This record gives sequence, structure tokens and C-alpha cells, in this order.
Amino acid sequence: MPRPLADQVRAIAAQYPESRSAVMPALRIAQERHGGWLPPEAFEEVGEALELTPAYCKGVATFYDMFHLAPVGRRLVEVCTNICCGLRGAQEVLSAFERALGVQPGETTPDGEFTLRAVECIGGCGWPTVVAIDDRHRLNVTAGDVPQIVQELRHE
Amino acid sequence: MSDVIVLAGADERDLTQLGEYRALGGYAQLERVRGMAPADVIGELNAANLRGRGGAFFATGRKMQFIPGAEQNPNPHYVCVNADESEPGTFKDREIMNRVPHRLIEGSLIAAHAIDSQHVFIYIRGEYLDAFETLRAALDEARKAELFDGVTIVLHRGAGAYICGEESGLLESLEGHRGQARSRPPYPAISGLYASPTLINNVETIATIPKVLELGGAEYAKIGAPPDSTGTRLFCVSGNVVRGGNYELPMGITIREVIYDLAGGIPDGRALKAVIPGGSSMPILTAGQIDVPLEHDALRALDTFLGAAAVIVVDDRACMVQLGLRVAQFYMHESCGKCTPCREGTRWMVQLLEAIEAGEATHSQLDLLLDVCDRILGKCLCPLGDAAAMPVASYVVKFRDEFRAHIDQGGCPFGGESSLDGLFAPVDQHTHHPVVEEGVPA
Repeated sequence: MPRPLADQVRAIAAQYPESRSAVMPALRIAQERHGGWLPPEAFEEVGEALELTPAYCKGVATFYDMFHLAPVGRRLVEVCTNICCGLRGAQEVLSAFERALGVQPGETTPDGEFTLRAVECIGGCGWPTVVAIDDRHRLNVTAGDVPQIVQELRHE
Repeated sequence: MSDVIVLAGADERDLTQLGEYRALGGYAQLERVRGMAPADVIGELNAANLRGRGGAFFATGRKMQFIPGAEQNPNPHYVCVNADESEPGTFKDREIMNRVPHRLIEGSLIAAHAIDSQHVFIYIRGEYLDAFETLRAALDEARKAELFDGVTIVLHRGAGAYICGEESGLLESLEGHRGQARSRPPYPAISGLYASPTLINNVETIATIPKVLELGGAEYAKIGAPPDSTGTRLFCVSGNVVRGGNYELPMGITIREVIYDLAGGIPDGRALKAVIPGGSSMPILTAGQIDVPLEHDALRALDTFLGAAAVIVVDDRACMVQLGLRVAQFYMHESCGKCTPCREGTRWMVQLLEAIEAGEATHSQLDLLLDVCDRILGKCLCPLGDAAAMPVASYVVKFRDEFRAHIDQGGCPFGGESSLDGLFAPVDQHTHHPVVEEGVPA
């Protein structure tokens, strides 16, 4: 039996002088529990644990890029397309993922396996192109690496 | 003396391990400092002329001196370590956290002692999962070894917002709000986290402190390009170079040396076109300006900044209009929306740059672009708007012929051959921040 979300959240909140500071960690936990996104009931759970309104919690979540307000695939593939990766072929890497997965950036494959996103700089500029897979960074990715990566991910 | 300060020893030893760090004299300065008066610690930092490594280059010791004493303000005092490294081109704090996490922890505890604080928060960007885990493990080790002496250190993960690297956005976010910039004054030293006196410093600044104390401020001040640009920086080298990466060097090395001696030059036989010296928000330099030393005063003389010491190298395949468009798209995406000039101005910049790139703009719209930049600059609560306006205006000024060619030829003179051609921006993602109706099945 996993710990109830409220218990987990209150333990985190105790680290801060004001419990509201725990809203981001709480949203992250709720997102993990709901399969990678934040459905409306997640805001009610977080709100109840921290004595905040669900609307407040949703208002915070919509500000941050890593909180997802729509369902995402089992694997999240994010390609940096900012300038440093862009100068070194990020667009070709992104296009290769589009071809391999059959979706556009922002879309999820019909089988629910993959969500593909283009993201702003994730801080690996010296090792382009940077691709985050479920928040783990792969560095120096080229378009030629993409079919192999997708093959691996399908079997993990 | 070795030139390496912040990453000292990391090539030879696994300094993520407490034992290895201690074998190298780690935490000895903390122990020594705890027997010193806070004012004497700050005195060493002032003697070193240590300046903020996050980009603002503000004197670290002076910032600490702005924090009122307990008799003036009895509220708890806070130290916030800004580990929300998000400026495109910058990836040094990540390396510091991954390779010398204990040096950052030691520096944080010394900073806490210097401002008489018992509470440290480290705000790390959400995307740095590896650094988060490394730092968390190091914190656990240091805590078990009873190095905290009553101080608490909370590691707080962000969730993807560039603005939270701006100090007031960081404080808002840490308090559990949307990360929107605050009006200043009051400055964080007077009224920061939970309206209490707060010291906010960048990871690299904090991680430099133990070595400053080990060497002594006066000795540290001899490194680099004194009197203002003392010490080393982790230069983040990216873009069109053979060997990108972080290079820790004394300030004052030239851009030419960085590109050709360290990073192996420009690949594929291409020619250098331009260099962005401090991160994507900084005004650009042309290929003819690369003999400038990477230090504060010399770059100011060229109307640009050292910023976070990110050196982005651009070769002759890049279309400057496309570069400006992609930079503007980033800042439009990251604008917190609070100040109208930034929220609306970055959008106008994007629209104008799209029209220029498509060959649908007039010459007067090129002037309008500069006018929009001017109406953002210095007119907002935080520098995010400036971060869009400064670089784009510099591209127009320094590469005006290329911008004009788009207008005169009715399209991009690169004819689809630019290295940045068709680069997709997340702002185009139609599902970004989607509205999910109640009852829609998961």
C-alpha cells in the first residue's frame, strides 16, 4: 500500500516555514501518481493536502513547463531546439523522431507509448543535440542515432 | 599555482564522495570559518573582489553586507543558492553540482555563517535530474557526518521556467507561487524569502567561496584580470566548435584562444561569423572582435557583457534573422507575463522577425523592430525583456545588410541552406498548456 499523497506532501511541507512552498513538490508527486500528467482531481488532492484551492494549484501548474495538463505517453521524448543545439542539427534530430514515431511535436502516439516534444534549452549546450527521455539526458544525439534509440525505448 | 579553482581535484578524484573531498582538504575552511567573525569572512570575499557568476557580476561580499543584523531584523535570515541555470548556452552549474557537490555545500554553509543564517535553500532547475540526485546524495552524506551544525539545507526542484533563475522569480516560486518577477525595492537582502533578509547567489559563486578562503582574498585577487575580473570562470563553450564543453580558466583569456586553442576551432572547414559572449541574452560580437579578453571591462567597452560566461560560436551557415527569431521565440515563451513591454514586446519581435524572414517585411518594419526593442529595454521589473531586446537589436545593428537582403530579395538569402532553417520552437507546439475540459477521458 503506497503512502497516501497527503501524508507524503505534509512531510515535505514540514521542511518549509510556510506549507505553500510545497506546492511544486506536491504537484510533482501527484503527476507521478497519475501516470505523468495532472488530471483535475490531482489539483483537488494537492489542494486538500496543503489547504489551498484546486484553482490555485492549477494556476501554479500552468506556469511551469514540466507539469503536464494533458495525458502523456509512457515515454516522454523531449528534443532541445534552442540555438546551441539548433546550430548543430537539432531540427534534423527532431524530424528523425517525427518520422520514427509518426507524430508531430506536442503529440502522443495512438498506442500511448510516446509523447514527442520540442523543448527550450535543457542545459547541455556543449554536447548537442540534447534529448531528454523521461528527464534523463542523452548528449551528442544525431539524426542517425534516432531509429536505434526508438527501438531501445520500445523494448524497455 | 593551478588555474583551476572551482573544479580543482575533480579530474583526479571522485569528489562526489565526502571522503575524497575531505582528503583534499574539503570542509577545512568551513571549520576554520566557524571560528571567525562573520565580518572577517566577508572581508576576505571583498579582498578577493569576488563577483557574482550568475551574470550580474555584483560584489558577493557587498551583497552579504546588505543583510541586516539580527538586532535590526529579528526574522530568520535565509541563503538561497540559485541553481536554476536556464540561460541558453549555459551548463556550468550542472557540471559543478555533478562533479564537486561538496564544494557547493561547503560554500553554502560558509555563506550561512557569514550572514548569520540557519536556513539554506538550493533551488535547482527541474530538468537537472542527474545533478539533483548527485547533490541530494552529497547532502545526505554531509548531514550524516554532522557538518551542518544546526543549519538546515533544503533542496528544492523547479519545474521548467527560465524566469525562476531571476532572483525575484525564484523567491516567488520557492514560496509556492507562479514564478513572476517582483517589484524592487525592497531588495531580497532586506525583504526576500518569506519577507525576510535573504542572500541569493549563483552556484558557481558559492562554490568558489571555499577556495577564496583557502587561498586568502588577496591571493585570489591576483588570479585572472584584476582589479575587477578576479579569479576563474567556467566558460561554457557551445555552437559551431569541434570540442564544446566547460573550460575553467582565469578571466582575461581571449575568445580567439577559447575557440581555437581549447575548443579545437570551427568544424567542417567553415568560417567564423559571430560569437555570443555570455549566453543568449547578450549582444553579439562579430568575427573581427574575437581578440577581446573575456573579462568584464573589455566586454563592456564593446557594448556587451560576460554574463554567465557562455561562449556561443556561430559559423557562416547561420542566418542572423533566423537566429534572432529563435532567440526572440525563447524569451516570448519564457516571459512571465507580468510586465506589458516584455509580454507584448517579445510577441511583436517574433511577428516582425517572422515577416522579415519570410520576405514580407518593409524597411520601415526593420526600424520598427529596433523601436520595439527600445521600448522593452529597461522598462520592466526584471531583465527578461532586456534579454530578448539586447541581442536581437545587436544582430540588426551588426548584420544590417543581411536583414536588408531579406527585405530586398523578398526572402531568406540562404535559400533554405541556413543551419537554423526551419528550426521548430516549443512556442509553436499547439498542445502547449492545453485546456483540458472536465470529463475528457485520460
